[in-house]
Amino acid sequence: MATTKLPSSADALLGAAADAAKPPAGMETVTMPYGVPGYTLHDVQRQVPTTEPPVLPVNADLEYIGKSPKRWDAHAKVSGSGRYTADIQLPGMLYAKFVSSNVPHAKVVSIDTSAAEKVPGVKGVFVIENLLGGARLLNPSLEVSKYPIVRYAGQPIAAVAATQPHIAEEAALLVKVQYDAKPFVVDMEMARQSDAPPVFPGPANQGGSAGGGGGARNVPQTGNIHGPAVHKRGDVEQGFKDADFIVESKYTTQVQVHNALETHGVVADWKPDLLTVWASTQGTASVREELASFFKLPKSQVRVITEFMGGGFGAKFGPGNPGVVAAALSKQTGAPVRLMLDRKEEQLSVGNRPSSDQTLKIGAKKDGTLTAIQLISFGTAGCGTGAGCAGPATNLYQSASLHTEENDVFINAGPAAAFRAPGHPQGAFALEQTIDELAEKLNMQPLEFRDKIDTNPVRRVERQIVRESALWKSRNPVPNADRGPIKRGVGLSQSVWYRHIVMDSAAEVRVHRDGSVEVLSAVQDIGTGIKTVMAQILAEQFGVPPQQVSVKIGDTNYPVGPNSGGSVTTASLTPAVRDAAWQAAQKFLVSVAPALGTTPDDLVLTKGEVHSKSGHMQPISFRRAAAKMDTSEVSAQARRIPDYDPKHYDTYGGVDVAEIEVDTEMGIIHVKQFFAVHDCGRPMNPSQVINQINGGLIQGTSFALYENRLIDPTYGLMVNANLDLYKIAGARDIPKLHVQLVESYIAQSSTDASGIGEAAGIISAAAAIGNAFYNATGVRIRSTPMTPSVVLETLSKAPQRSNA
Amino acid sequence: MNPFVFADCTTESGALAQLSQNAKDGIVVKAGGVDLLDRMKEGLESPTKLVNIRNISSLRGIRETPEGLHIGPLTTLAEISEHPLIQSQYTIFSDACGNAATPHIRNMATLGGNLLQENRCWYFRSKDYQCLRKGKEICFAFGGLNQYHSIMDYGSCPAVAPSSAAVGLLGLNATVELTSAKRGKRVVGIKELYVLPEANPTKFNVVEPDELLTAVMIPKPAAGTRSAYQKYGEKQSFDWAIADAGVVLEMDGNTCRRAVVTMGAASPVVRRSPQAEAALAGKPITEETARAAGKASMEGAQPLSMNAYKVQMFPVAIYRTVLLAAGQMGRDPRAAG
Repeated sequence: MATTKLPSSADALLGAAADAAKPPAGMETVTMPYGVPGYTLHDVQRQVPTTEPPVLPVNADLEYIGKSPKRWDAHAKVSGSGRYTADIQLPGMLYAKFVSSNVPHAKVVSIDTSAAEKVPGVKGVFVIENLLGGARLLNPSLEVSKYPIVRYAGQPIAAVAATQPHIAEEAALLVKVQYDAKPFVVDMEMARQSDAPPVFPGPANQGGSAGGGGGARNVPQTGNIHGPAVHKRGDVEQGFKDADFIVESKYTTQVQVHNALETHGVVADWKPDLLTVWASTQGTASVREELASFFKLPKSQVRVITEFMGGGFGAKFGPGNPGVVAAALSKQTGAPVRLMLDRKEEQLSVGNRPSSDQTLKIGAKKDGTLTAIQLISFGTAGCGTGAGCAGPATNLYQSASLHTEENDVFINAGPAAAFRAPGHPQGAFALEQTIDELAEKLNMQPLEFRDKIDTNPVRRVERQIVRESALWKSRNPVPNADRGPIKRGVGLSQSVWYRHIVMDSAAEVRVHRDGSVEVLSAVQDIGTGIKTVMAQILAEQFGVPPQQVSVKIGDTNYPVGPNSGGSVTTASLTPAVRDAAWQAAQKFLVSVAPALGTTPDDLVLTKGEVHSKSGHMQPISFRRAAAKMDTSEVSAQARRIPDYDPKHYDTYGGVDVAEIEVDTEMGIIHVKQFFAVHDCGRPMNPSQVINQINGGLIQGTSFALYENRLIDPTYGLMVNANLDLYKIAGARDIPKLHVQLVESYIAQSSTDASGIGEAAGIISAAAAIGNAFYNATGVRIRSTPMTPSVVLETLSKAPQRSNA
Repeated sequence: MNPFVFADCTTESGALAQLSQNAKDGIVVKAGGVDLLDRMKEGLESPTKLVNIRNISSLRGIRETPEGLHIGPLTTLAEISEHPLIQSQYTIFSDACGNAATPHIRNMATLGGNLLQENRCWYFRSKDYQCLRKGKEICFAFGGLNQYHSIMDYGSCPAVAPSSAAVGLLGLNATVELTSAKRGKRVVGIKELYVLPEANPTKFNVVEPDELLTAVMIPKPAAGTRSAYQKYGEKQSFDWAIADAGVVLEMDGNTCRRAVVTMGAASPVVRRSPQAEAALAGKPITEETARAAGKASMEGAQPLSMNAYKVQMFPVAIYRTVLLAAGQMGRDPRAAG
């Protein structure tokens, strides 16, 4: 989704009101809140289906939605009773272990599994002939091979299933793979050279996943360079001629590995009439779809269950090789098979965030008007594609012209996957520092310049909040003002993300005669708390506390749910849940009206009580009314309907301010705090939203300062495929985090919710730290991770200043 | 992972008997298991028998003696770092133990295991690289990724000394007691505990297969001694030192009578810096002398292709830690640990 493009019309961004014409049949005109309370809140008219529930007022006027009840499954998570995939134990279950390549590029000549098969306890060995992931040759006949060509060290080749994990591990070592080694390249700079060993012998393409990622298809390919994918708007040559100031710089970012706390894994149980798969996935729907397709099964015979999962960040769509291999081994052995990756496999074979090497050039007139933005980027997604990073440069600011060229560079490393805001942390790192650099040339302050070139009305409010904050006021606008070796800096970055909606989002709500209510959907909780939000919606409808609502999700036996990628889950699913709850409530009123001696249209259910509009009876509680139902259960299923005004395209974003200290003698950056101001439509559960922003800022800080996949260029093997030397921010590395949410009503659905996962700080953290570094030291840092090595080298190139 | 025998010992003699029965490859001592488990999981170690000494209570505890301190090797890093006497009189040692790894690991890791852990070079730690230290011919680090490796005294292998505790103990002139059922006890100094790669690339320390490290002895510091240790990593939490410094100052009023300056992450074996020590001895401790000591410490440094930045970091680590030991500067809030 890195290549998402916005409508260029400023009207669309500014939110022109929908046509106020007479609604067609089945539709009605409603008045909805729009804008930011306290700043821009006003009413707008929307035409909506008459089956929609009443318009929700702003959060301040609601009882459960927009509040922060405790996480619905908090007890299950902290007590360990929540079942993750690795907790699943089935009778007779086997444990599988991958055999992976330890060479970066080779043709597999032969695979001898006989010794492994003889190990007592081994029940099956499966050799992979159809490998998933990475780009594929357009013309497969360029490579004739019985087995998939090995294109990276750590590529799965086969798997062994045994009665005990250690037997599987031992047997996997006995599978003899004979390689015909090919020349390889693991360094992007080397791969760009014309004489570099080719990763593919011809053009190759890769599609994206449900969560984005993937790259441009069918673009030129020369050697290992797949691209450019070119996007143009206006005439940049003229734009640079028109500019009074031009800033052009090169920025580089590293490969980051997802490293979710829970590794990829499945338990597959193949029975003649049903394949059941417990998967650590962010898309039960995607796992079901792809397994059915791979094994040519009807979807009705594939069931996917994800009760709890420990994070995905974009890398856990579809079954992938672990899912396919576990299912195949289960089919082969007739027993359930568990295949959980270890941390090394996780780092090598199931995705990463591509690197970037960006040359960004921006021109502006003296008054700040942007005349041209040009971005030429290269990045490596290993043996896959998806290294584009032009999203921020394309979508954050108004410019008279734009020219972007995105290139993927193939290397012999594991394929990338969508990773939380694909392309955007990289793109923002270059863009937001360049914007600051340009502001300085224009003699404008960072907020003032952005006010000029960013027309998004919500970010305008966010900048105002930043402007008034104590942290921003404490910023010394003069760079390198501190005289000692420890220099303080404050800097900011903006972020942008997009409104994606998945229409395959449905839910069923049931009301029982005992007054209990439940909601069911196949949606999985990637960890962000959708269960709590679903419970809140039913609570608001039925007046029952959220903890008393039954939430059943993560099972494809329930109505289809969205895959959680692209920040879609809350925005896509919650209107379906509310619609189902509303419709179930209407059926409930029909069911109780006779016993209450009135008609359904005389009744209304509000705040946990059934009222008679005509005053026919005193209000009675929902529970007492339920006892009078004429059936033991009523239920309603609803699916997502389109946004009320799909022409109206909203984006989300934020303005994040970092305060850092740079130890200029040691080269150590210490991030002291972030002040982060963000919007995501209607915050359904503010504390869960803040949780996500906290996580994004932490992950962004970790990307900015520490994380780096390191591959030895001579041997082609990753040297830090662990959590010891692949460095992720720990407790003392995490700054103080202050998040301020901006409620931003956009009048698009029955909940008016939006997403937050990707706009949540990961986009802007590195850029804000970069701008703070300049504020502290007067020197631009253009490379991540900003380790002592990079910081000291950056400072050593600075013009000498006299420091007392 | 091959099946192995787990021999759970509760006495020192029982463990020594296990080791002497058949002192050959394949019998491995397990204390906290922190380093050993990693090596077994990577397939670097496939023992036939694990001799578990974790439950030998006589090998755990801190005792004050007329000569100084006697510390059982199964004492955890957490226990050492929290000990009031060590904190006040042997500060370099409590600092070194208290800033290693993470609180969780310090609760499991034993002093003996920390001293005898094997190096953390990523080539050595990967079963895919058959390196010099595994008895082969090539060191991959010289021509490979070496940003965290040694900058001096590295000879044939530039992996850095992994033990922070050893940096503290070297500064205090500590010794260890090694015991064998057949040959009895011997005492060796901290520096002598370790084997330089050029002497024997496959041996990290002088402990023989039938020996146990049974005690660590630290002599009582001279009157007027002040000490400190600080470590710097890329991260503050859970990271290996890229530069560290142990400093012991014997003060006579404002003048430093004698100084010991130790470093871990500079070389394959913990080292003292005679140049830095000479820059301090007989002088008052000031920012100027502390910086001079830091600068002197890098005499003879020969950084590798990717780690010249460490030559900039060590002098600062030493200068700041000298001033910390002297009470002239606070603990660096950006130091790791």
